[in-house]
Amino acid sequence: MNFLPLWRYQNQLIDGAIVTLELTVISALFGLLIGVAGAVALKGRIKSLRWLVRGYIELFRNTPSLIQIFIVFFVLPSFGLKLPAFEAAAVALSLYFGAYSVEIIRSGLDSIPRSQVEAGQCLGLSGWQVFRHIVLPPALRNAYPAVTSQFVLLLLGTSLASQVATDELFHVAGFIESRTYRSFEVYAVICIVYFAMAMSFKALFALLGAAAFRWPRRR
Amino acid sequence: MRSFSLIDFVSLFAALRWTVVLVVLALAFGAPLALGLAMGRISRFAGMRWTMAAIIQIIQSVPLLGLLFFFYFGMPVFLGIQVPAIIAVTIAYTLYTAAFLGEIWRGGLEAVKQAQWEAGSCLGLSLWQQFRHIIAPQALRLSLPPTVGFLVQLIKGTSLASILGFVELARAGQVVSAATFQPLLTYALVAAIYFALCLPLTLWSRSLEARLDGSR
Repeated sequence: MNFLPLWRYQNQLIDGAIVTLELTVISALFGLLIGVAGAVALKGRIKSLRWLVRGYIELFRNTPSLIQIFIVFFVLPSFGLKLPAFEAAAVALSLYFGAYSVEIIRSGLDSIPRSQVEAGQCLGLSGWQVFRHIVLPPALRNAYPAVTSQFVLLLLGTSLASQVATDELFHVAGFIESRTYRSFEVYAVICIVYFAMAMSFKALFALLGAAAFRWPRRR
Repeated sequence: MRSFSLIDFVSLFAALRWTVVLVVLALAFGAPLALGLAMGRISRFAGMRWTMAAIIQIIQSVPLLGLLFFFYFGMPVFLGIQVPAIIAVTIAYTLYTAAFLGEIWRGGLEAVKQAQWEAGSCLGLSLWQQFRHIIAPQALRLSLPPTVGFLVQLIKGTSLASILGFVELARAGQVVSAATFQPLLTYALVAAIYFALCLPLTLWSRSLEARLDGSR
């Protein structure tokens, strides 16, 4: 075991970690947008749209993320849509994260008892006021743990983008391995970097959650 | 280059065998370990609880791909001898399964009220009897839906073994796609096979959830 040869590749590792973070944040943002839009559609009155969203959720939750990345990267070009590796991975991961987000956001909204909405209406609040002050805060708090743990899974899942040569952390590992032949050492270091990033995000989300949702939970 | 023919179709289904083998191995070794982790997490010894929590945290904070590579390249370093790839891969999937199932089952065990343990103890049952006859059956019912849900994650996760050269479904798809130059047809078929495996489990998990919740 010899970790010294890896030392001179620290800049590549940092660059890889930055690409990983970019890929995670971009996919999470677009995924959440899909999630909100999908949850609204599921709550809506248009039946065909509801079926469309249901189909999308089941399709993306029941096939491997790796295959989805392959399809976006290798198959879409035959329809004339040729995306670079990073963009292809971002599209595939956004759709994957989005499928989970729809369900999380929908169940967050569903967790608010109907009687609370009615109580708000009885107080003379408008539809928007009921949503903004009565439904949204507890719904956000209920959905928050699921969203954040899904975010950490997304961070770890971006490692699959290395398979279409996105130059994120795991791909950098392959590059360093090919230069140093220190396979075990490289992947041990990479695992530690992912671990550090995942734990940092978990700590950050715990702090944010404690600061944002301070009102007492009803028992 | 050749066109997509029956033989490609057959080779995809033949490769499915490895997907199933990996899932079975992961469950066979991972489930007992998960039970140990879950019981350690609710132990009355703080040191035990912390150790098990740390193990679960570490495994859940590393990508599955990282675990696979770590053990694939690490086994010769740890043991000093070459081991077959299947052993390294099995260890990685076992730990992955143990960490996630362990945490799911801990949730199930903790959801059973403390008074149930006390009632058992009042009846003169030993700690093991309380667990075996009173807590475990109720916890099993509660944690069955998420356990089936994790099975879907595991099946999807076996696609990563393709990256280490295992010719399971995803890898067979890459091979067929490269040989026939028909990525659309091949990957659509691969995705459809995974979908056909996972969807029934997802639906089963959901119906279990609805049924068990209604009866409470």
